[in-house]
Amino acid sequence: MRNFDYHAPASLDAAVALIGDKEDGKLIAGGMTLLPTLKQRLAAPSDLIDLAGVAELKGIKREGDEIVIGAMTCHADVAASDVVKSAIPALASLAGVIGDPAVRHRGTIGGSIANADPAADYPGAVVGLNAKIVTNKRVIAADDYFIDLFETALEQGEIITSVRFPIPERAAYQKFRHPASGYAVVGVMVAKFGADVRVGVTGAAGSAFRASDFEAALSENFSADAIKGVKMSPDGLLSDIHCTNEYRAHLVGVMARRAVAEA
Amino acid sequence: MGQFGIGQPLRRKEDPRLLRGEGRYTDDVNVDGQLWAAFYRSPHPHADILSIDPAPARAAPGVAAVFTIADLDADGVPDMPCEVELSDLSGRPMWKPMRPILARGRVRFVGECVAIVLAATQAQAREAAELLKVEYAPLPAVADSESALAADAPVLWEALGSNVPVHWQNQDSAPVDAAMAAAAHRVRVRIVNNRLVPSPMEPKAALAAWDAQAAKLTLWAPTQGGRRIQANIAKRYLRLEQDQLRVISQDVGGGFGMRGQTYPEFVAVAWAAKQIGGAVKWRADRTETFFSDYHGRDQVNEAEMGLDSDGRMVALKIVTLVNLGAYMAENGPRMPIEGGGRIIPCCYHAPQFHFSVKPVFTNTVSTDTYRGAGRPEANFLMERLMDEAARATGLPREEVRRRNYITQFPYRTPMGYVIDSGEFARGMDDALRMAEWSTFEERRTEARARGRLRGIGVAAFIEAAGGRAPTEDMRVRVDAEGAVTVFSGSHAHGQGHDTVFSQLVNEFLGVDPDRVRLVQGDTDVTPRGSIGTFGSRSSMMGGGGLKASCEKIVAKATLVAAHLMQAEPAAVRFETGVFRAGASETTFSEVAAAAWDARRIPEGMTPGLDESCLFQREAENFPNGCHVCEVEIDPDTGTPEIVRYVAIDDCGVVLNPLIVHGQVYGGVAQGLGQAMVENALYDADGQLVSATYMDYGMPRAHHMAHVEAGFNTTPCRTNPLGVKGAGEAGACGAPPAFIGALVDALRDHGVTHIDMPATPEKIWRAINRANAPA
Amino acid sequence: MKTKVTLNVNGQERTAEVEPRTLLVELLRDQLGMTGTHVGCDTTQCGCCVIHVDDKAVKSCTMLAVQAQGKKVVTIEGLAAADGTLHPMQEAFRDHHGLQCGFCTPGMVMMGVDIARRLPGADEKTVREQLEGNICRCTGYQGIVEAILSVVNPGAVKEHHHA
Repeated sequence: MRNFDYHAPASLDAAVALIGDKEDGKLIAGGMTLLPTLKQRLAAPSDLIDLAGVAELKGIKREGDEIVIGAMTCHADVAASDVVKSAIPALASLAGVIGDPAVRHRGTIGGSIANADPAADYPGAVVGLNAKIVTNKRVIAADDYFIDLFETALEQGEIITSVRFPIPERAAYQKFRHPASGYAVVGVMVAKFGADVRVGVTGAAGSAFRASDFEAALSENFSADAIKGVKMSPDGLLSDIHCTNEYRAHLVGVMARRAVAEA
Repeated sequence: MGQFGIGQPLRRKEDPRLLRGEGRYTDDVNVDGQLWAAFYRSPHPHADILSIDPAPARAAPGVAAVFTIADLDADGVPDMPCEVELSDLSGRPMWKPMRPILARGRVRFVGECVAIVLAATQAQAREAAELLKVEYAPLPAVADSESALAADAPVLWEALGSNVPVHWQNQDSAPVDAAMAAAAHRVRVRIVNNRLVPSPMEPKAALAAWDAQAAKLTLWAPTQGGRRIQANIAKRYLRLEQDQLRVISQDVGGGFGMRGQTYPEFVAVAWAAKQIGGAVKWRADRTETFFSDYHGRDQVNEAEMGLDSDGRMVALKIVTLVNLGAYMAENGPRMPIEGGGRIIPCCYHAPQFHFSVKPVFTNTVSTDTYRGAGRPEANFLMERLMDEAARATGLPREEVRRRNYITQFPYRTPMGYVIDSGEFARGMDDALRMAEWSTFEERRTEARARGRLRGIGVAAFIEAAGGRAPTEDMRVRVDAEGAVTVFSGSHAHGQGHDTVFSQLVNEFLGVDPDRVRLVQGDTDVTPRGSIGTFGSRSSMMGGGGLKASCEKIVAKATLVAAHLMQAEPAAVRFETGVFRAGASETTFSEVAAAAWDARRIPEGMTPGLDESCLFQREAENFPNGCHVCEVEIDPDTGTPEIVRYVAIDDCGVVLNPLIVHGQVYGGVAQGLGQAMVENALYDADGQLVSATYMDYGMPRAHHMAHVEAGFNTTPCRTNPLGVKGAGEAGACGAPPAFIGALVDALRDHGVTHIDMPATPEKIWRAINRANAPA
Repeated sequence: MKTKVTLNVNGQERTAEVEPRTLLVELLRDQLGMTGTHVGCDTTQCGCCVIHVDDKAVKSCTMLAVQAQGKKVVTIEGLAAADGTLHPMQEAFRDHHGLQCGFCTPGMVMMGVDIARRLPGADEKTVREQLEGNICRCTGYQGIVEAILSVVNPGAVKEHHHA
C-alpha cells in the first residue's frame, strides 16, 4: 500500500472541506473495497478522509413512508434493525447476505453505493426500491444514480449522507452467490408499490438496472407465472470465468421469479 | 499397553498452544536488523529479457541491494535440476531443463522471479521492486497441454525442439489393442483433470540470518521437513557443509505436498542473507503464492476399457497428458507415472494394460505434488470408467465394481507394485449400507416431487502411502525422571504428531502422554536421517521408527531392570510400565533413573536410555476406501447441494480415530473443492486469471456437508504397526463420488460426464444442452 | 508522517506510532508482537485475521490501525484466562478436533465467539453460512462446525463415528 495522509473529521462540514481541499483525496467509509484496492496498489490516493467519526451519517429511522438509513450505517446494523425488518424486511435480509459477518460489521451502505461495484448487493435495493440518494448537495433519484462500472452521478467532493427507501407494499431480494467470491452474480430486488412494480438487478451488468420487461409483466399480474416467459437478453451483461452473460441473463429470470414468489 | 495408547481418540496435545495464538509460524519470527525482500516477477508468460536496469530500484528509499541472475552467476550459484529419470520404450532418456533461481535471458511464465530487492521495510522493498526497469521482447505463449502439442505451438525449450520431453509408455500397446478389439463391451472417457492451487493457509515465507561468527546460516521457512531442503540449499547453492545451514520449520500452516520442495525464493533469500552477511525476510502475499507455489493435477486423460460379456475388465488403455509448466519441478513428470501409476488400475484387476504419458511444457508455473499426487487423477479416471462400464453392460454400478475388485492378496499390479491387503467389497457394502443406497430411488422420486434432481454416486479408490523415501530417522530419549523426548524425523504441519507419537510412546513404554515431548522442525536437533512428512508416510515411517526405538529402549531397560531385581534378563517381563521378574517388580521410572546412573547398571553397559532407529520400510502401504455422495440439484440454476456424504476408509490400524477422521474430512473437502469450485485457469495468452480467492473458488463451510465416516480396517501386513496412510484418501474418493452423483442425477438428461469443477453454470448447461446455444 | 494511536488491546491500554497505511493486523503483529492473528490473503476473503473491535468480529487486515484509535480490541491472545485456561469456544475446538495446522484457527475461534454472541441456538446450516468469510484448508470444516454448534446449540451436534 502506498502511503497517504489520514484525516478523521468529526463533522460533515469538515469532511466536505477536506475532500474539496485535497488534490487526490478519497473518502473512506467501511473500507471493505477501498482497502483491498489500496493493498493491491490498484489505487494510490494522496489522502484518506475517514467518515467514521461523522456522527450525523449514522442511524436508521422511519420518516413517514420512508426508511432513512445514514450513509455510515453498517450492513449488520441494517440487517438487525427492527425498524427495517418491520417496514422493508427484504432490505434487512439483503443486508444480511452481503459479504460475510466480519465484512458486515465494517461495510456501510454509503460506501457500497458510492463505490458502485457491479457485484454489490445494495445497488439492487436502491434501484428496486426506488431509493433517493441524499448527499451534502442534493437528492439523486435511483434511476439517475448508477451510470456504469464503478461510476455514479456523484460529483467530485459530493458525499452521500443518507439513503431514503420508500416502503413498498411487498418486496423481496434474491441473490445468486458467486462460486468463488460470494459476491452477487445476479441479485434481484422486486418491489410492489400499489400498481407500480420495480425490478432492480445487480451483479448482471456494469451497473444496477431496472428490468423493464419484467416490471411491465408484473404490473399486469404480480405473480411468478407472469414472468415465466420473459427473457432477459444476454447482450451487454457481464461474463467471467465462472459465469457467462448467458447464464447471468437466465439467472435474472430465476431470481426475479423467486423474489416475486417470496414477496 | 497404555490407557492412552493405540486406538484412543486422545484430544490433541498441540491444541491449547495453537488455540491461544501461541503458534510460531515463519512470519512470526523476526531478527534484529533484518532486511525485507521483495521479488520482481515477470508480467509476461513468455518473453526474452533484453535488459534489466536495477538502478532506479537501487536508488529508491531504504533499498540495500538488488540482485539479478548476473549476481548469482558471478557467485557460481547453479540452476535447479529435476532429479526424475524416465525414458521412452527405446531407452532414450527424458530431456530435462534446468531452472535458474532468477530468470536468465528469458521468462517462461507469469510470476517467474527476475530480481530480488532488499530494503529496510517490506513496503520499501515492494515499492522498489516496481521501479526495476526490465525490457522485454514478448514471445508467443501457450498455457494448456493440448495446445502445446500443436505443430505450430510456441516451443519453450529450443534445445528440445518440441514441448514433450519424453513419451513414456509401460509397454507396447499391441497386446492391449488385441484384447480391446476382442472385448464384448468397450467404454471410453475423456477427462480434463483441473489444475489446482494447493493453498495452505499460511503463505510462503522465509527468514534467513547469517551468523558470521559461527559461519552458519539459519533459515526459517514453512517446509514438510527441514532436512529435505537443508542439504540441497547448503551444499548445492551456498557451498556450505550441511550443518552450516540450520532450517527451522516450527509451526507450518498446512502443506498438502507443496511444501517439500526447494523453492527458488528460499534459495534466493538464503543466498542474499549470506551475501550481505545479515538477515533477510520475505513473506509472499496470497497473490504471489498463486503465481509461484507449485500447482497440482492438470492432466488430460483419454481412456478406454474393454469388458467381457460378464462385465469383467479384459483390457485398459490410458493416454495421459500432464502439464509440467515451464520448468520441471522436483517431482513434476513423476505425477502420473509413479504417482498414479503405482495404483492403476486402482481397486480392479486388468489383465491387459497400456499406459502412455506425455509430459508437456507450457508457459505456466510448474506442477508438482498436491494431496494425492497422481492418485486422485487415477482413481477419478477409473471410477468414471466404471460408471460408464455399468451403463454399457447394464449392470448396477456397485455390481460392475464388485465383479472387478481385486480379491487375492498380495496382488501385483501391472506396474509391478504389490498391494498387501484390502477388503474392497466389504468396504463398499459398508458404505452402501450406511448411505442407504438400496432405498435411494425413493429419495429420488421424493426429490423430483419437490422439483429437485437427486443423484447418488459411489467411488472406490486405492492409494499408495509411504512416500518415495524408504527410510525415516527417529530417536527416543528417556531422562532420569522417566520423561520422554521424541526427536522426530517426521514433521507435522497439522497432522497431530505430538499427540499420536505420545500415544505410541504410551503404548510401548507406558509413559503418560503428558510426559512425552516432541522435538521436530529444527535441523540442529532432529535426527540426521530425517526425511519429513509427505505421501501420508508418518504413521508408517515415523511410527515404525518410533516403535523400533522404543523396543531398543525396552531391551536395554530390561537389562537394567534385571540387574536391579537381580534376575535373569530372560525372566523379566515388561507390562504397563512395570518390569516384573517372579515376585519382584520395578517401575519404568525407577529403571530410567538407574539407567543414567553408572553405579546401578550392569558392568560394561553405557549409561543412558537414548535410542534411535533409521527405520527402513519393507513396502509402501495401500490405503483404500469407498465413498458415497448424494446430491440434489436445483435445476433452475444448476446449483448442486451435497445432502449426504459417507466415507468408509481402510487406513489400516487406526492410531487415533479423532485425528484419522480429521484427515479424511480434510481430504474430502479438498476433493470436493476440486470437483465443485477450484480451478487455476490460465487464459490462452498465459495470464493466470484466477489469482485471488475472489476468482479461485475455495471450498467453504457451506459447500460441505457433514461427513459420516467409518473404518473398514484391514491391518497392513508389511509394516510393524499395521498402519496405512490417512492423509490423501479423501482427496481420491470425493471427486468421483461427487461427479458420479451429479451424472446420476442428470441421467435422464443424457448426461454421462461433467468435467471438474462442476460449477452451477456447467450443470445448468448440461441440463439444458438440448435447448442451449452451441 | 507517523501518527500516534492509542487503543485497548485485551484489556491493556497500548500506544504506538504508526503510518497512516499501517493495517491494524500489522500493528498487532509487527509492533505489539501479538502474532496470534494471522494474514492469509490480500482480498478480505480468508478470515485468518479476524479479531473483535468493540465486541464485533472484523477482519484486521481490512482496517487501518489509525481507525482503531480509542477502540476496544480483543485478539486470540485475549480469549483464554490469565492462567491459560481455555475459553469455552477454544475448549470446544479442542474437543471436536476443530483445528489441524492451526493457521486459520485464531480467526475461526474469534468468529465462533462472535457467532455465539449473535446467534445463540443457531442450526448447522446457519453456522456454515456464517463461516462464509473464514477459509480452512485442513479440517473440511467438520470439527469447526461441530465445535461452534456445541457452544451455540449442543443438541444440533451430529453423532461422531469413532468406531
